[in-house]
Amino acid sequence: MSGTFVGMPAFPDAAREALADSQQRRNLHHATHTIRDKRARVVGEVGNWEELRVAGAEIKDRVLTHLDTYLEQLEESLTRAGATVHWARDAEEANRIVVELVRATGADEVVKVKSMATQEIELNDALEAAGIDAWETDLAELIVQLGHDLPSHILVPAIHRNRAEIREIFLREMGQVGTPAPDGLTSEPRELAEAARRHLREKFLRSRVAISGANFAVADSGTLVVVESEGNGRMCLTLPETLISVVGIEKVVPTLADLEVMLQLLPRSSTGERMNPYTSMWTGVTPGDGPQDVHVVLLDNGRTEALADELGRQALRCIRCSACLNVCPVYERVGGHSYGSVYPGPIGAVLNPLIRGTSTPVDKSLPYASSLCGACFDACPVRIQIPDLLVRLRTRVVDEKRGGIPSGEEIAMKGTAWMFAEAKRWERAQKGSELAGRALRRRDGLGRLPGPLSAWTDARDAPAPPEETFRSWWRRERGTDERA
Amino acid sequence: MRVALFATCFNDAMWPETPKAVVTVLERLGCTVEFPLGQTCCGQMLTNTGYAREALPLVERFADVFESYDAVVAPSGSCVGSVRHQHSGVARDCGRTDLAERVATGARKVYELSEFLVDVLGVTDVGARFPHRVTYHPTCHSLRMLRVGDKPLELLRAVRGIDLVELPGAEECCGFGGTFALKNADTSVAMGSDKARHVRETEAEVLVAGDNSCLAHIGGLLRRQRAGVRVMHLAEVLASTEADFARGQELGAEATR
Repeated sequence: MSGTFVGMPAFPDAAREALADSQQRRNLHHATHTIRDKRARVVGEVGNWEELRVAGAEIKDRVLTHLDTYLEQLEESLTRAGATVHWARDAEEANRIVVELVRATGADEVVKVKSMATQEIELNDALEAAGIDAWETDLAELIVQLGHDLPSHILVPAIHRNRAEIREIFLREMGQVGTPAPDGLTSEPRELAEAARRHLREKFLRSRVAISGANFAVADSGTLVVVESEGNGRMCLTLPETLISVVGIEKVVPTLADLEVMLQLLPRSSTGERMNPYTSMWTGVTPGDGPQDVHVVLLDNGRTEALADELGRQALRCIRCSACLNVCPVYERVGGHSYGSVYPGPIGAVLNPLIRGTSTPVDKSLPYASSLCGACFDACPVRIQIPDLLVRLRTRVVDEKRGGIPSGEEIAMKGTAWMFAEAKRWERAQKGSELAGRALRRRDGLGRLPGPLSAWTDARDAPAPPEETFRSWWRRERGTDERA
Repeated sequence: MRVALFATCFNDAMWPETPKAVVTVLERLGCTVEFPLGQTCCGQMLTNTGYAREALPLVERFADVFESYDAVVAPSGSCVGSVRHQHSGVARDCGRTDLAERVATGARKVYELSEFLVDVLGVTDVGARFPHRVTYHPTCHSLRMLRVGDKPLELLRAVRGIDLVELPGAEECCGFGGTFALKNADTSVAMGSDKARHVRETEAEVLVAGDNSCLAHIGGLLRRQRAGVRVMHLAEVLASTEADFARGQELGAEATR
């Protein structure tokens, strides 16, 4: 039922297509600006926000520095509390573990709590291949699933859809897989939510297995935490007999006390709320209360690759709040699909190349999918230096290409470096630009130009070079001070 | 105080009126300005495109040329951002820890124009006159890398005759982004179109900013639209005086981007 991001084109091509979708542009502009403004308001009212950001970054950095120790402690705590811990090196291994666990229960369907980790490993496809239906129960994930669509945002995966489109999807699809949408459904949010509620209620009451992720995993107690808004997650976490949670290994925090910081940072950055409506915590098995068969799959899937990168490891601080997406001028215009991953936006542009590597066209192009404006860093609750990481990853992409047949870009960049290596060369180049300036005398701007320059001039006039550069003027007016 | 002008390569070759205006303003305020001819480029374009190895010699050259001055002033938030925020990192990543330390120390004396005027010279009124409707775009690197804050606006507010109007969505990126403007031209233009629309909404005659590269992008869109708005570097507005108007030679009036 779900799509896949495999085989995505490079970012600029996907973005060009997305930019032409005026309905999506409008939906995204409206949604990102609404959340952006809400976030700014609730962050602005916290006097010590900067201290909280620093504390959040320090907690995550401490965990990442001693990740081996904290993970073993987490396993021990979980096991003591009655949960079974599984370790998964990659997506394939994680999917195999989950499929086997579901099969062992004899169930042929599962309900799912919104989870980025299971989206990342494309678990739904693996379950479908094994003949197991996976029902997304987060409202936005349900919209994406019913629409045979891909998520385009971390927090609001259906951000690219508007109410009218959602109504159509519900009317067309709900009846195919369960309780249909009521006749005469309008696009009023209340009615749409009610249709989803009825559709999902049937699945909550019937399903014997639930699959979740976790926002945090507390090492010293073995407590898992899910933060949500709708309460549908809580239904999944409490009703079924079996609960399987797929958790990225970077989700560990040392103690419950650390949640004090994280649970202040996350909702304000994420939904722009002071506190989210539902925070569910569970510690293994509680006899006679909730799921009695509890499994935790600890997922690496490239995270240790990112951890090995001295600068890149800070990307693992990410708590998936999506504040960087909402403030990003690039994301706001092209949406999430162009990033070719369930992690779009600025954090996706660094996280995907770090954990997947830079071998595919889309992963090579992601570090360049940014104007380096820096709005993402300012919004990040755990102070990830996304612009610096983007530049570092660009260097990696370039360095990996070195040694082959040089591209036009490489020749241009090396030529530029050669020219600037000696002031005399730079002066000679300026003589050329002055000649061009004289030839173009009285033209104060240039229209469409051929070749690679067309990338600039297709939509923008280009400046004409002046007849006299500053350096020439200085020499003429102020003499030739050759010192330095 | 020995003040060196770092013109930046773009301004040197393409927009000479801007560094000339910096010289005018600084000399008016009593500084002795030198232009070390050994300067070329800070290497930002190379660094930000992924060519750190090629940028390294330029990082070293910058230190060699400017190290001996008390202050280095440049009319570009972006280039100063690269010197202060990136140079030591480039040196370190290329295994040159000695150079990394040296450039980190040197970078502390490198100022963007508005920082130098307000923080170092302690001046907001530079004696300028510019009787036009103006709106100001804070460029991303001056705003979020250098954190110049309201300094350029303080300088503009003190300009005689100016009609300064607020730019809607001012703090949003214009979409230039160096080679981003070419590598992701469609997205860059989409961002720039929104910026240009906001500029037109202000009904300003002149769009002012502290980076000519961003102005070339926004100005290029405005010109293609025949919007009738010209773009101008902050330095050129600050250099304009009563005398210029008396002579009918408003500085920079003929310069376009």
